[in-house]
Amino acid sequence: MNVTATLFGQMLTFFVLVWFVWKFLWDPMTQMMEDRKKRIADGLAAAERGKHEQELAEKRAAEVIHEAKEKAAGIIAQAQKRGSEIVEEAKETARTEGERIKASAESDIEQEVNRAKESLRGKVVSLSVAGASKVLAREIDEKSQEDLLKDLVAQI
Amino acid sequence: MSSATAPATDSPVTYIQHHLTNLGTGEGFWTWHLDTLFFGGLLATLIMLVSWKIGRSLDAEKPTGMQNLLEAILEFVDSQVKSIFHGRDRLVGPLGLTIFVWVFLMNAMDLIPVDLLPKLAEMVGIPYLKAVPTTDLGTTFALALSVFGLIIIYNIRSKGVIGYIKMFLFHPFGKWLIPVNIVMTTIEEVAKPVSLGLRLFGNMFAGELIFLLIALLPWWVQWPLGGGWAIFHILVITLQAFIFMLLTIVYLSMASQADH
Repeated sequence: MNVTATLFGQMLTFFVLVWFVWKFLWDPMTQMMEDRKKRIADGLAAAERGKHEQELAEKRAAEVIHEAKEKAAGIIAQAQKRGSEIVEEAKETARTEGERIKASAESDIEQEVNRAKESLRGKVVSLSVAGASKVLAREIDEKSQEDLLKDLVAQI
Repeated sequence: MSSATAPATDSPVTYIQHHLTNLGTGEGFWTWHLDTLFFGGLLATLIMLVSWKIGRSLDAEKPTGMQNLLEAILEFVDSQVKSIFHGRDRLVGPLGLTIFVWVFLMNAMDLIPVDLLPKLAEMVGIPYLKAVPTTDLGTTFALALSVFGLIIIYNIRSKGVIGYIKMFLFHPFGKWLIPVNIVMTTIEEVAKPVSLGLRLFGNMFAGELIFLLIALLPWWVQWPLGGGWAIFHILVITLQAFIFMLLTIVYLSMASQADH
């Protein structure tokens, strides 16, 4: 029940124990925990950053898609415009070509008609002359009837 | 805590005295309590072995078992140190941790049945054995005086020798009551280790004594009483270890404040 020299023995044990715990448990463990804390904080920060970057990327992707859509719409509109232009042009060309063809055909026809008229007229003249000469026999002088015939021919 | 032997009840005084006698060699002050030294050293060795084993292979990724436990205790002690002790000091943390764990384990020896170890010792021819080192004033004052020494060192470190002497001269009543101041401050300072040492000793000694008294009762009341007291004692041993650690931190914190 008294304080005895045991005190010094226990003190020695205590000092050794404190030193040992300090060197072999406290220091490495606090170091490790500090490192771990830092790593966790870094990891969380990285995750946060990643999330932020992902958000940015999503926004950018949406922008790109939007832009592309707009561009595509523009291209389609242009193409439609161009298409209708081409159609218009084609129509125009076709019409002029048609008209040209029609005109040439008409002029051909006219030429044909004229030629036919000409030949018919000639034939009618000769026929009428031949008919008249046959009907009137000799009495008709070709020379004196010539004015009459010419009138006739002009009227045809 | 239990398993009293038949002859124990025959002479209760002898039984209790026998259980409260240390195995010692030497005379007077120079008595060495071998049982206290042995169990104190044994538990210290256990702590050192575990510390070494855990401290050598720390796994930051997947801590398991003992490492988790030690991390929890260390964080607990560290949070106490951080909240009480202002300024950075590398010793206080490990000191508090060591006191907490060592005192706790020494106190925990109290939960081993009071008759078990002495009986086993008797079988191999050791006449006396007191298994709880903290029921020996030698242990509690070894700790308390170590802390006292640190208090003095911390005081001198923070205030200087002159400042430390001034603290005795001018505290708490100013320069007109120097003799009173010296007495007051000396009592205040000396009371720190004395209260530290006696508080732990008193609690553990009383706990041990109650286990001994329970052991003297008939066997059929020993179970509920011994069990109940043991369960309550788990609280006591933890609390006493915690108080010793906390007061150590508080005293060292006070000692390291520059202006007292």
